[in-house]
Amino acid sequence: MSDVLLTIDGKEVRAKGETSILDAARSAGIFIPTLCHHEKLDPYGGCRLCTVEVESRGRTSYVASCLYPVENDLIVRTRSEKIAKIRKVILELLLAHAPDSPQLVSLAEEYGAKPDRFEKESSFCILCGLCVRYCAEVKKKNAIAFVDQGPKREVNFIPEIASKECWNCKECFSLCPTSYLQAAYFLTEALAFPQRALKSSEK
Amino acid sequence: MARINSGPELEDARKVIVSKRELDKAWLAICGGISCLGGRDSLIHAFEEEIRKQALEGKVGVRVTGCHGFCAQGPNVVIYPEEICYVRVQPEDASEIVSRTLIGKKVVDRLVYTDPVTGKKAVHQSEIPYYKKQTRNLLGMNPRIDPRSIDDYLAIGGYSALAKALLRMSPEQVLEEVKKANLRGRGGGGFPAGLKWETARNAKAEIKYVICNGHEGEPGAYMDRAIFQGNPHLIVEGLIIGGYAVGARQGFIYTRHDMPRLRENVDLALKMAEEYGFLGKNILGSGFDFQIEVHLDVGIFVSGEASALMKSIEGKAPEPRPKYTRTAVKGIWERPSNLNNVETWANVPQIISKGSDWYAGIGTERSKGTKMISLSGNIVNTGVVEVPFGTSLREIVYDIGGGIPNGKKLKAVHFGAAMGGTLPVELIDTPLDFDALSKLGAGIGAGGLFVMDEDTDMVEMSRFFLDFLANESCGKCVPCREGIRQMLRIFSRMSEGKGKEGDIETLEELCEVGSLASLCALGKTTSSPIRSALRFFRKEYEKSIESKAGAV
Repeated sequence: MSDVLLTIDGKEVRAKGETSILDAARSAGIFIPTLCHHEKLDPYGGCRLCTVEVESRGRTSYVASCLYPVENDLIVRTRSEKIAKIRKVILELLLAHAPDSPQLVSLAEEYGAKPDRFEKESSFCILCGLCVRYCAEVKKKNAIAFVDQGPKREVNFIPEIASKECWNCKECFSLCPTSYLQAAYFLTEALAFPQRALKSSEK
Repeated sequence: MARINSGPELEDARKVIVSKRELDKAWLAICGGISCLGGRDSLIHAFEEEIRKQALEGKVGVRVTGCHGFCAQGPNVVIYPEEICYVRVQPEDASEIVSRTLIGKKVVDRLVYTDPVTGKKAVHQSEIPYYKKQTRNLLGMNPRIDPRSIDDYLAIGGYSALAKALLRMSPEQVLEEVKKANLRGRGGGGFPAGLKWETARNAKAEIKYVICNGHEGEPGAYMDRAIFQGNPHLIVEGLIIGGYAVGARQGFIYTRHDMPRLRENVDLALKMAEEYGFLGKNILGSGFDFQIEVHLDVGIFVSGEASALMKSIEGKAPEPRPKYTRTAVKGIWERPSNLNNVETWANVPQIISKGSDWYAGIGTERSKGTKMISLSGNIVNTGVVEVPFGTSLREIVYDIGGGIPNGKKLKAVHFGAAMGGTLPVELIDTPLDFDALSKLGAGIGAGGLFVMDEDTDMVEMSRFFLDFLANESCGKCVPCREGIRQMLRIFSRMSEGKGKEGDIETLEELCEVGSLASLCALGKTTSSPIRSALRFFRKEYEKSIESKAGAV
């Protein structure tokens, strides 16, 4: 793929044809916040925090920079009043779930998001999907999955797979921006394969 | 029937079929639509039984057809050749209809449509005001064909557009014709079909696909199934022509798992089309190969969204992906995939047969042809309507729809269900036009039109649509999933009398962020009904907060 030339925040950036705006920006030292992005995983576009303003052929639109491919003469703005508003509201919505997540707290400070704007939710999970995708794409085990849809969506370990695979792995724990994942794991363990945990503690 | 291998063979076959039809023979068309299903099978059996009893087998014909469109008065039965139309026919009426009308050629008065306002009776379908004001270029075929009979379709000229396209036009000419007709997508976006076809045609790839989106998940929209179930060959013919123009040799039909009758009719249509040589290798001797596969949805609204639908065809979970690269360039298995909805495909054969000039003569400057609308809500004549673009909403609601029942006043009309918008009664003279309506925040969507009377609570209405979307959102992206969650909280509060100052502003902010930053069209338009309610009925929202605040 040949190189393309685009402008990000007024700076000329050269990038390979199929890279995303996010990668192009990062390689040029321009920071765009993300919550669901991870180098080892396919871009996901779920958190929408990386939304940027693009101007292409005279039209302005708002796109997820982790997914939008660079193109010649593209004008990208990673900061604007609207983008600040989008990020602030997204953070406020997520803080209702995980008010103590260090990542969220520091971003909230930057964007002036009020941690208590929305009523607290019972689940800490912000559904970034890092655990689900890491388990599927890197470990190829699919021990954890999304269930249900819309506001009812949640992540769940699949007991049959988890009891075999998770014990010696737990690599997803460190990816989780909140404490939900470990809680979900230990709950699954307690309910579905308590013997395993017991035996191990006796050793 | 032997496979038809050329244009002349097709015309010969058609002549044979038509010559076998005794035009003066009496026959009845029983509406087998799905909207007024009540006792459908028993009604058909009653007529068959009666004909057997009166020893009329072979002398009179019975045809179970697709939806006639007049659902409020269904089940409808039309008796040919006189075109006598009976409404709300029950199985116990069969005996009288057969003996008095089919044999005696007399009209059964009590089964004839009576205008509720003027009290005037209308014996023939064409005299009923509901039908009189429509232009039924597509739906008008329904009463004349049994969807299970390819011969019925051939008898009214079916597959002649395909023959014309394959044998007398180049793919580029077909494409040009559709572009000149300015056929715009009927699925909701109104995007010019010809431009989409061109993108797919120009995309460099060995393998390309054309897809018919027959998902129709929008609440209150039931026109696609009326035409698809009632006249499946029309859509199949359109899809093959589209495949030819785009350069695809494979077509997909994606439809609902919960409509077995539709599936049966489509499956049979494909089987017959293949047997007759309209599908398969070297169609009509043109050298063009094409086949169609049917896929069923998994029972989630968002699987009707183009990119989700394509994932579903690939065998994956129907989660939308951002369409930064158009599906016409990279769709199913990353190959150029041209998707249009049922009604769009249904328009294609007539554009090819009658030409783009004829087609472009119907409608408004930028919205051409007719549009099927399903009318529901507080309206006398619920049903499937087909009118030329440019018809005013007033004509649709009053002249065709018969106005508002129970002496109530009209308050608003709503297009596009949960992802659409509402127009107040003051705007009832707006013409049916893609651009005029979307400018007012109430884009046509797929074509479901809800009519609301003066008792409708707009806050409740918004909440109803949001409830629907809460169940149908996939939940992948934050602005849609969490936005819906918080908006529902606010609506619940408002309806419990606990609305707070600032709630409207929060709703507006969530709407704005949702429409700018959501991943797919569902998320981006979740806020549409709320935005249009806030635009035209803001006082009702304010009142619901104030009165509650006052009560505390």
